[in-house]
Amino acid sequence: MTVSDMPDAADATSKRDVILSARGLTKVYETGDVKVHALRGVDLDISTGELLVMLGASGSGKSTLLNILGGLDRPSDGDVLFQGKSLTTRSDAGLTRYRRKHVGFIFQFYNLVPSLTACENVALVTEIAENPIPPEEALELVGLADRLDHFPAELSGGEQQRVAVARAIAKRPELLFCDEPTGALDSTTGIRVLEALETVNSELGATTIIITHNVGIAQMADRAIRLSDGRIAEIEEVGRASHPSEIAW
Amino acid sequence: MVSWISALDRKLLRDLVHMRGQGFAVSAIVACGVAIMVMALGALNSLEISREAYYERYRFADVFATAKRAPERLADELIEIDGVRTLETRIVRIVTLDIETLSEPANAQLVSLPETGLPRLNGVLLYSGRWPDPHRADETVVSKAFMDAHGYVLGDTVRAIINGRARDLEVVGIGDSPEHIYMLGPGTLLPDEKRFAVFWMNRRSLEAAFDLDGAFNEVSLLLTPGASSRKVIDEIDRLLDPYGGAGAYAREDQLSHAFIEGETQQLAAIAAIIPPIFLIVSAMLINAILARLIATERQQIGLLKAFGFDQREIAWHYVKLALGMVMGGVIGGFVLGGVLARLMTNLYADTFRFPELIFRLEPTSFVIGGLAAGLAAVIGAVSAARSAASLQPAEAMSPAPPTVYSKGVFQGVFARIRLDEPTRMILRHITRWPVRAGITVFGVASAQALLIGTLFAFDSVDTMMEERFHRTDAYDAAINFVEPRNVSALHEIDRLPGVLAVQPNREVAVRIEHGTRSERAVVTGLDPDGFQRRILDVDKNYTGVPERGIALSVQLASMVDAGLGSQITVDVLEGRRPTLTLPVTAILEESMGWPAFMEASALNALLGDTEVVTGAYVMLDPDAVGAFSDAVLDRPAIASVALQGASIESFETTLEDTIYIMMTIYALIGGSIAAGVVYNAARIGLTERGRELASLRVLGFSELEVSYILIGELALLVILSLPLGALMGIGLANLVASSMATELYRVPLTIAPSTYGLAASIVIVASIASSLFVRSRIKNLDLIAVLKTRE
Repeated sequence: MTVSDMPDAADATSKRDVILSARGLTKVYETGDVKVHALRGVDLDISTGELLVMLGASGSGKSTLLNILGGLDRPSDGDVLFQGKSLTTRSDAGLTRYRRKHVGFIFQFYNLVPSLTACENVALVTEIAENPIPPEEALELVGLADRLDHFPAELSGGEQQRVAVARAIAKRPELLFCDEPTGALDSTTGIRVLEALETVNSELGATTIIITHNVGIAQMADRAIRLSDGRIAEIEEVGRASHPSEIAW
Repeated sequence: MVSWISALDRKLLRDLVHMRGQGFAVSAIVACGVAIMVMALGALNSLEISREAYYERYRFADVFATAKRAPERLADELIEIDGVRTLETRIVRIVTLDIETLSEPANAQLVSLPETGLPRLNGVLLYSGRWPDPHRADETVVSKAFMDAHGYVLGDTVRAIINGRARDLEVVGIGDSPEHIYMLGPGTLLPDEKRFAVFWMNRRSLEAAFDLDGAFNEVSLLLTPGASSRKVIDEIDRLLDPYGGAGAYAREDQLSHAFIEGETQQLAAIAAIIPPIFLIVSAMLINAILARLIATERQQIGLLKAFGFDQREIAWHYVKLALGMVMGGVIGGFVLGGVLARLMTNLYADTFRFPELIFRLEPTSFVIGGLAAGLAAVIGAVSAARSAASLQPAEAMSPAPPTVYSKGVFQGVFARIRLDEPTRMILRHITRWPVRAGITVFGVASAQALLIGTLFAFDSVDTMMEERFHRTDAYDAAINFVEPRNVSALHEIDRLPGVLAVQPNREVAVRIEHGTRSERAVVTGLDPDGFQRRILDVDKNYTGVPERGIALSVQLASMVDAGLGSQITVDVLEGRRPTLTLPVTAILEESMGWPAFMEASALNALLGDTEVVTGAYVMLDPDAVGAFSDAVLDRPAIASVALQGASIESFETTLEDTIYIMMTIYALIGGSIAAGVVYNAARIGLTERGRELASLRVLGFSELEVSYILIGELALLVILSLPLGALMGIGLANLVASSMATELYRVPLTIAPSTYGLAASIVIVASIASSLFVRSRIKNLDLIAVLKTRE
């Protein structure tokens, strides 16, 4: 598939219930005299409940796209529609509300609060959510029911990332953004994190967007998108070909 | 890039630029400390130099003595005393002045000028005009402050009541003398240039006026270098004894000199007490800042060590950083201190009458200030620098593991209270870093303590005023007779218009001896039934004059090292000059001077007199003060009248002039410490937890909620510091009060509730201001960076 096919890419999912759409997104960073085109016109529709994997080399624009879709950054041009409403016209406070109500984030380096236990890290988010899953249940969902009272310093990397998954999904987000969630993990623990993501995606129906370098992870997705030089270079209908446990690292 | 600066030093400079906010906060605190030191030492220096120059040039005497009436020939014997270089006999008398523009009488000290030539001692600086013509009795040279205060010019006349006769004296010259640098009239607390003046007149004119032909009543002496003033004083007392000598005294006991000396002592105390507080706080801040910086630069340090930098170089690098941070403060402190020293010296020009205030900043005050600040920086840096130096390179280069937290000692407490997670984060963070939290608490408490330790002075002055004007000296006027009189003289006062009540007193000059100590003092015999001059016990409750023995003020008791029940020797320096041995039967609280009291009839009996009075305290009808003032002037037997109302008024105006300036300076300085400490704590918190807070922002926490985690912690620490600051403030106020106490007056330790409130408010406002400053940085947290990078 080539860049010229892009309108079709948007059409392909139009029959299903679209939760998030990108239209003509561009992003230009200006540092001094140098202009960096991180995104050069991206159109994308993401369906409710979809598990989408974004692939691409460093600098391909995938993180920039995720930041804009997640309400952390604004495009230089173009629009993002969440449930049909524009995100780009929202104020900073509006974007904060968007993240607070609808979005879960999982970071490459977990970013847990070191002074709070696993359970309290989850509670941090459930306290500000409208209809959360109790922290204990969220941790049970990621297989950490027995680690509730451990501080981050007392948990392995994989365990910390699963706490982060529990923290992200406990507020029942419509959207779950994962930026290199297994980037800092070995294959065994990485697979456990991916299994946790798959579980929450199927059980809670959260639309999940995973950024990764790891081509193998694309096999668990509904669709895999490859970005290159700020454009969508390829969209592949994977149809959840593999279970996380079958993924080769 | 230039090659003379090493790469490591270049890093140091960039670190300094990068940390400029925190560096500025530390510098501001250092600057305040150094400035106060430079100011106090500079003002002290200027005051001493000006005084010495004045004394030297106008030959201020070493020893003074008064007598009732000593024949001039006695001077030949006095000059023979071993150790006396030169002397001058004079006639000195206090008289009342009748000033039309004043509703109450003013006082003048008449001082005789030698018949020929100029004074050999206590010279008079003639600003303008000429000396009085020896053949004209009513010409006078008048002290400059009085002339300025009334707008008088040469040729004007001033009416003085001299020995009961009103005389119009013509001002022919304007002058000043080193005897009256601090110009205090009888019975007053502060110089009052409108109501007190010195008049220099012809010797012959005063001899005639006071019936002192061929006699003197005052002698000043200059001693040869190395002579013992003690021995000379004893010899003078022996020679003057038959002529009503009231005891010779050395320069240290001369009122004007003692006041300047008190001021210099206080300046020295300020330089010793206040700057260390600033320097301790800045050392603690430097410690906290460097500890955090080293945690951030862990990997760089590991790298440097891997490159082969040794421990000493690494440690020195961070010590230099600390020195760099205080350097700006030291320079700023020098400039500010110089300006303040000049300001303070100029303020002295209003209080102390110097012909010229020589302003000089000695290099030593800068050296001391700079060294003290440098020392604070090194002390602050040393533990952090040592921990940086001892990092193992391999360990340092790998990223730091997540900070280990535990539920800590408060777990039990927290378990019972339902806390939200941000509050839990605050409490865990404080208990995880107790030393750092302690530094913040201590720093903010120091700011408050400093405010209390300076602002309390205004409460103490209030207390002093209240005690003096409303409790002990509750009279409206104090009258002194020219010489001791029979009690029947009181009838004369009783008949003056507006007089409601009269309480007689008997004052007598004495020398009190106890053990090896010896002090000149005045014993006042009080009428026990009077209620206008009353006395307070050490708990500040009214007490009666003991029927037997002597009551000493706390000051006098400590000066002669006597306590309740001590037997003291009282050498009476007047009349028949008996030597008495008396038990100390009461110790009294007195705000000013070092008085002693006895029951009036007991004192008279011991002196072999019956019903002798030297003055009276008078209560007046408030509507008849004017009539009283006019009438009292005509009484020849009255040497001086001091009206309390005028004293209170002049006291208050003098205070009001300085009170707001001083309060503002203290508030700014105290506030700057609090602001600096809170700003630093906030910046350290932000560097350390920026990533954590940004993550929370990504997770949907609002700016306000994230600010709460950072600022809530600071608010809690500030609240915790308030009671500590109040306690430290009490301690500091105590220290300041005791080191400010001079023989002339004591600073009572009073801290009004409003002072605690004001200090706390300044601290809170300063803390809020610097928190808001840091809050703006929370707005700019980089939300995207935290997604990828690790700390």
